[in-house]
Amino acid sequence: MTRWVVGWLLYGALGVGIALTLFPLLWMFSVSFMPAMEATRFPPRLFPETVTFEHYRTLFAQLDLALYMANSAGLAAAITLISLLLNSMAGYALAKLRFGGRDLLFKLLLAAMVIPGQVAMLPLFLMLKEMGLINTYAGVIVPGMASIFGIFLIRQYAQSIPDSLLDAARIDGAGELRIYWSLVLPLCKPILVTLAIFTFMGAWNDFMWPLIILTDSDLYTLPVALANLLGEHVQDTELMMAGSVLTLLPVMLVFLFLQKYYIEGLILGSVKE
Amino acid sequence: MSETSLRINPALWFVAPALALIGLFFFLPVAAALLLSFTDFDIYALGDRGTLRFVGLDNYFRLLKDPMFWIALKNTLYFVAVGGPLSVAVSLGVALLVNHRLVKFKGVLRSLLFLPVVMTLVAVAVVWRYLYHPRYGFLNYALGLVGIGPIDWLGDPRWAMPAIILMAIWKNFGFNMIIFIAGLQSIPTRLYEAATIDGADAWRQFRHITLPMLAPTSLFVTIITMIGYFQLFAEPYVMTQGGPANSTLSVALLMYQEGFRWWNMGYAAAVAFVLFAWILAGTVLQLMLRTREP
Repeated sequence: MTRWVVGWLLYGALGVGIALTLFPLLWMFSVSFMPAMEATRFPPRLFPETVTFEHYRTLFAQLDLALYMANSAGLAAAITLISLLLNSMAGYALAKLRFGGRDLLFKLLLAAMVIPGQVAMLPLFLMLKEMGLINTYAGVIVPGMASIFGIFLIRQYAQSIPDSLLDAARIDGAGELRIYWSLVLPLCKPILVTLAIFTFMGAWNDFMWPLIILTDSDLYTLPVALANLLGEHVQDTELMMAGSVLTLLPVMLVFLFLQKYYIEGLILGSVKE
Repeated sequence: MSETSLRINPALWFVAPALALIGLFFFLPVAAALLLSFTDFDIYALGDRGTLRFVGLDNYFRLLKDPMFWIALKNTLYFVAVGGPLSVAVSLGVALLVNHRLVKFKGVLRSLLFLPVVMTLVAVAVVWRYLYHPRYGFLNYALGLVGIGPIDWLGDPRWAMPAIILMAIWKNFGFNMIIFIAGLQSIPTRLYEAATIDGADAWRQFRHITLPMLAPTSLFVTIITMIGYFQLFAEPYVMTQGGPANSTLSVALLMYQEGFRWWNMGYAAAVAFVLFAWILAGTVLQLMLRTREP
């Protein structure tokens, strides 16, 4: 009897939690299909009276949304590919190769994770200005090409690779680069997928740095474009909801399909400080 | 001397590219930010470096006399001190629910509850602005049904920060929830079995087994939450622009405005360093408090 009551209470509480979590997202979807002005009526409507795609059409036809989406996707893909290569090399070396000062270096990198990114932004802006990279895609990519968190995640995982395996390859005459490329990388595949998802989503969602670097609206990423759009279309609620849907949909899909890797990676990244 | 000892250790080739980039685009700018904070770098210096002067600690003294800085610091501390613990508490509560032995479909529940974490903050802020709309927003409608009069969430200086905190908790709790669930699952079940035999009720088991066993997890979660919350930026930028009446102006937003809107980069660097000092102090304090406990 008490077990039955506890079960109901648990599911009741979880149901409320799920409802509160999903409601803003579901409402966003629903409102994005409402005809203009329907979202600004009282009482608020949960579902559109007639479904319309006009806001999506406006976003693509008049507001260059496809361009921003391509910008975001291209930048996130570039950052992901470059950082995956460089972080995996460094993470593997920190886990498995011996060199002087290795552990000190690793501790230093870990300690640096308390430094907020904003501290570096002002001089970084001036540096990139000298290099002529302000208002370019390269300016957005450059600070994301390697990351301490990425190195850390790969190192944690690569530590589980048995030394004997690497030594056997060395005895067979394989060079270090070859061992990394054809032995270590395949073994690290799960964590590489995880890191790729993390990096891609982080780059896709990033706001402050692209906002600072990109001044030309043709180069805007989706979040910057969306914040900008809000300034001009603050009254067009349905349009803004459609813009939000288009910004969120790609990350939502990536997460739903690859969530296993994402969540396992998150746990791996948190077990050891 | 053998030839191999003269060759560069191949390991260095592996770490060099990533380290060089992190050094050049992170450590060097951080060091440069400290130097920048001792100068009067402004919009004139941006055009002509000749006007740049070394001003020592003047920027930091100016901060102490700047009412906007104190407002931003107070707001940020409010966000960290109220939003941080609430966010951790909600994460722990939901983790306990999901992890309960009577609950099925844990994986699906966990993923759905995690969904807001992966969402783009700017888009989420756009959606929540609408939820908070005083006339058409759903929140006021729902509160109206139970007789709570309309609140101008983002327009009233008393409510704007609580509104941002509420949204931040919604957005972030899933992240810590996952870490708490992993922590809960690492607690050996025999501890609970022994406690049940000894007649300890659910509350005592929670108090004397779950909480102490979760201490390392809680410390980690508290620190990363605090570090993240100190950097509050996109929420007020998109939802309130720091208003109304500066009630949501954060330190990071102040740094952005001073540095990238008015180009007072020397002054903004000082703001950034004070933010760093607070984060460092907060982290060290957390570590000290927790490690002193047995």
